[in-house]
Amino acid sequence: MRGRSSFTVVMVAALAAVLAFLVLPIVAIFADTGPGDLVDSLGSDVARDALWLSLKTSSMAIVVIVAVGTPAAYLLATREFRGKALVTTAIELPLVLPPAVAGIGLLAAFGPNGVFGSALEGAGIELVLQTAGVVVALTFVAAPFYIRQAQSAFAAVDPNLLDAARTLGASEARAFARVAIPAAGGGMLAGLALAWGRALGEFGATLMFAGSFQEITQTAPLAIFATFATDFPAALALSAVLVAVSAALLLAVKLLGRSSLLGGEVHG
Amino acid sequence: MTATLEARIETVLREFSLDVELDVDPGRCLALVGPSGAGKTTVLRGIAGLHRPEHGRVTLGSETWLDRAGGIDVEPERRSCGFLFQDYALFGHMSVWRNVAFGLTGAPRSERRPRALALLERFGVASLADASVRTLSGGERQRVALARALAREPQVLLLDEPLAALDPRTASAASRELGTTISAAAVPTVLVTHDFTQAALLADEVAVIDRGRIVQRGSPAELSSRPVSAFVADFSGASVLHGVAFPADDGTTHVALNGGGKLASTDSGEGPVAVAIFPWEVVLERAGTLAQGSAMNRLAGTVTSVTEIGNRARVGLTVPQPMVAEVTSSSVRRLDLAPGMAVTASFKATATRLAGAD
Repeated sequence: MRGRSSFTVVMVAALAAVLAFLVLPIVAIFADTGPGDLVDSLGSDVARDALWLSLKTSSMAIVVIVAVGTPAAYLLATREFRGKALVTTAIELPLVLPPAVAGIGLLAAFGPNGVFGSALEGAGIELVLQTAGVVVALTFVAAPFYIRQAQSAFAAVDPNLLDAARTLGASEARAFARVAIPAAGGGMLAGLALAWGRALGEFGATLMFAGSFQEITQTAPLAIFATFATDFPAALALSAVLVAVSAALLLAVKLLGRSSLLGGEVHG
Repeated sequence: MTATLEARIETVLREFSLDVELDVDPGRCLALVGPSGAGKTTVLRGIAGLHRPEHGRVTLGSETWLDRAGGIDVEPERRSCGFLFQDYALFGHMSVWRNVAFGLTGAPRSERRPRALALLERFGVASLADASVRTLSGGERQRVALARALAREPQVLLLDEPLAALDPRTASAASRELGTTISAAAVPTVLVTHDFTQAALLADEVAVIDRGRIVQRGSPAELSSRPVSAFVADFSGASVLHGVAFPADDGTTHVALNGGGKLASTDSGEGPVAVAIFPWEVVLERAGTLAQGSAMNRLAGTVTSVTEIGNRARVGLTVPQPMVAEVTSSSVRRLDLAPGMAVTASFKATATRLAGAD
């Protein structure tokens, strides 16, 4: 009993340390920002443009990620094929890539002198230093977060459920939409929240690939970086807003996941 | 419009190859029986199109569902199969009636709920229509799954261990209902089970599968009275006697056996029934011995075969329907049991199980 209780003390102390360390900077942001500063900072063009651009570009990236990532994740989860482990690893790679490397990679691929540069130019598509470039950078860094989660959520769906749907007259596409997605809904939403959070916070790859121009490519994290040297309170206020937005996002997704509508039971 | 199902499924499994050929007429039920991992479920999945065998053909009357040589492989949603999965595979995110209505895509939207309710009513679970399937008991799940499988009026019924997920009490009631459902569907039915007794009660014919091959096919009585191998003998647990049941004054059910003889059962039933008796419940005596014990049933019979398996023996009898008794080898010698000998087979009314005959 004694051994267990002293270990309990160790665990509780560790959790307290983790909590304090992780929460303190966030609390500090709000402690240093008066409500007045918050309102003032939202009044500035730089902050408003940056926030709006962040929401816009991250939403666009999420739409692309979910639309393309979901069927891709389903394929990875439900089919066996040669080289599947390699494909999975390739998709996970951006997770561990330093943002600077991601930025360089994007430039090397889609920049004016990049591999696809002339092809894009021929098609009249400009990415570098453009809003579209921000979306590309966000999609690149955030997609693996969603695809990984969606893949494991789909893999956990009882294959008999999909087979049952087929014998009940459903095409593979209908079984996917009506059975697999609701059953994997919780995991998909968790992945969506992670990916969106990652996209909202993206900094390095965006800066290198798209630059930091107000209204065009300066997302909220870039605006914070641009203002903190000259106007710390404004940077702080913008950070507070970003924390609030991210927390609201996480909360909304968690609540949505808990509602019976999408909280798919995985095993019958 | 019902037609005969013919299937040949040839495929390589992990440890052996599967090569099974079967045909089932409309209104008939074939049970594939064998130990776990013998390839039974793969045959069902091959028929339904959920598994693509290396070689094989599946036809229903003039329709070809699979012909590997001819390059035909109809998708599962276009094969008219009602498939009952072992764990029932109900959709956990849908209510009971929506599960049943899932297959009713051909019907107008407004008709789906009434039709689902009618199906649920047939299985006595209409009151659960709006419940979440997560709250259902095992027996309720099975009924909902059956209602769902029958919703599209399938031309073939495939049942994968339909009673395995139920506790023994629920299973015996569910088995009787399932028998009724199978005969009402009037389509070819293939049933997979590892339990010979269940197969004997539900199916017209039993095919015993061992390591991917059908080793014997015949009526349950044929299999238990004339097993081709010790494997089949060991597998065929129960004897099945057919007759007509009626309630008796003493609270038991009496069954007038086809071909003569009468027995009493503690199970309830009326009309044509199948009675299952385990061979080890049957006591053999020389004919003419006076009744002394509590066993209510004493059938006069003749020994047709004596097969010794180790220290026990399976004794085939005609009473006059075929039936099997299992006794020790020493009893065989003590009673001098040999083909042609007249005996009395006695067993308790509690040792019998009744199922609806088809």
